[in-house]
Amino acid sequence: MAPRGRGGGRAGPRGRRVVPRRAVPVSPRRRREPEFISYYGRPILNEPVWAATDIAGYFFLGGMAGASSLLAAGAELTDRPALARASKVGALGAISLSLVALVHDLGRPARFLNMLRVFKPTSPMSVGVWVLGAYAPAAGIAAASDLTGIARPAGRAAAAGAAALGPVVASYTSVLMCNTAIPAWHEGYREMPFVFVASAASAAAGLALVAVPCDQAGPARTLAVAGAVGELAASHRLTSRLGLVADTYDTGRAGTLIKAAKVMTAAGAVLGATAGRRTRPASMVAGAALLAASACTRFGIFAAGVASARDPKYVVAPQRERRASATPAA
Amino acid sequence: MSDFTLPVHHDGADPARDTGYVDPPPRMGFFTDTSICIGCKACEVACKEWNEVPEDGLEWTGMSFDNTQGLSADSWRHVAFIEQPAVAEDGKDFRWLMASDVCKHCTHAACLDVCPTGALFRTEFGTVVVQDDVCNGCGYCVPACPYGVVAIRESDGGAHKCTLCYDRLEVGQEPACAKACPTDSIQFGELETLRARAGERVEALHAAGVEEAQLYGHDPEDGVGGDGAFFLLLDEPEVYGLPPDPVVTTRDLASMWRHAGAAAGALVLVVGASFLGGRSR
Ligand code: SF4
Ligand code: SF4
Repeated sequence: MAPRGRGGGRAGPRGRRVVPRRAVPVSPRRRREPEFISYYGRPILNEPVWAATDIAGYFFLGGMAGASSLLAAGAELTDRPALARASKVGALGAISLSLVALVHDLGRPARFLNMLRVFKPTSPMSVGVWVLGAYAPAAGIAAASDLTGIARPAGRAAAAGAAALGPVVASYTSVLMCNTAIPAWHEGYREMPFVFVASAASAAAGLALVAVPCDQAGPARTLAVAGAVGELAASHRLTSRLGLVADTYDTGRAGTLIKAAKVMTAAGAVLGATAGRRTRPASMVAGAALLAASACTRFGIFAAGVASARDPKYVVAPQRERRASATPAA
Repeated sequence: MSDFTLPVHHDGADPARDTGYVDPPPRMGFFTDTSICIGCKACEVACKEWNEVPEDGLEWTGMSFDNTQGLSADSWRHVAFIEQPAVAEDGKDFRWLMASDVCKHCTHAACLDVCPTGALFRTEFGTVVVQDDVCNGCGYCVPACPYGVVAIRESDGGAHKCTLCYDRLEVGQEPACAKACPTDSIQFGELETLRARAGERVEALHAAGVEEAQLYGHDPEDGVGGDGAFFLLLDEPEVYGLPPDPVVTTRDLASMWRHAGAAAGALVLVVGASFLGGRSR
């Protein structure tokens, strides 16, 4: 026989009759959440199969690259050669590593090329592959020309191209992520792009603070502050709008990562804007904190998504609410 | 092909035509009437045999007689067993619900929308199928599916799910699961016909006092434009592990790109602004 009384069956109030539809399998730890029903607590959605290191890493590196290309263009226009060079080389390094991470996630390079068979506007991944296909070579030529001094005009054109595509590279990944059924991601699709570009700005600024002498890093310090303010504001808006699903950003692995990210973002920006103006070591510490913060943000958002897919509560409860508010009670 | 078009949300009557098929056959689908399912799992077995789906681990879960647990790359049909102690109004102290779940072959299929290789495609019958030799295992379809259906098979790294036996449909046969079902709980046919039949069945059940009988996934107005595989349930969808109000997220894609565009613009402005103020450093 089936295990009576085990494996589910929320007991009704003592002595009262339990109608079948109220006695539903729930795991013991959910007994206190009376509004929630599920199938033995099993997830409804499939978790992303992506490895966090590959995909969250890819989001972090891509963001850093995109914003760095923009920073490099500004540096070139305002005659800050060290900032320009560090940002160009950083962009190339980051985008190369991010492609390695992507290919690693796919398993082999041919699978990346497979995506260039088609262009599908309904698939942000397809759009992204084409954008990267244009951006990565531009970033490469820009960095190579800056380092070697060869073909300067072509290098400048490539740097301009990379700067034009940079903001797209830094933001499209948020659409990639939000165009899924994962509640913590999709429900936040309005704020997520702002979190992503702000985090990208912090990372690019952080890299510059680490790699560039203080007298050329002024714009990076300003950008660090702007990125920090933007990121804190956008994530606050995101979690305050999500309702129940916001829990996934506050608790568990995601909660730890995101709290760490917030502290390091604020600390990095403040340190960079104060002591970082004068001494190189302070500037480097601030930059490292910003880089780490940006990485933590990406890994935290990733973990929140996984948590929201794992627990059917985050699927059922918001959908029930939506349905209830769409059909006014008779 | 649909590769260059954004999803056009028509009335959902004919996704094959919307995809660009000229004069396709009628849309085919499944109506799974769970009120007559006996939980024999013949559908699970028939599907595995016909489609040569590998075994997915012989594991005693202990949660119920359901040892398949859910749909996966290696379970394209899944019979859910809801076993509950309960004191019902008719005096029975236990209830069993059984339901055979499957890919919904959505009218607006998120898996198909997001696939960057075109491995997932719409057939002339309006169903959704993965081409194993094109899929690159990117895994995008997996979190995109609002029903948690499609999954990556570890052994080959590719995405797999119910094909609604595309190979059998092409030669005028019904899918293996429907063929094997001894009670006709799984019915295959033209979607229009199935919808009409399902409507009559619910009415009959209601008339017989089974008030909890409800259709799920039958409505072309729902978040996925209606399912090619829909169900008659005897309780709320989430009791069976189904989402109560699934939505194809591609519906919001234009808005997502607009927000991303605004964010990208903000990034340009902010970086630009950080260079203002001359070389004050
Ligand atoms: S149920 Fe999921 S896998 Fe099946 S067609 Fe719909 S989105 Fe695709
Ligand atoms: S895993 Fe395969 S079927 Fe799924 S989206 Fe990627 S390429 Fe398409």
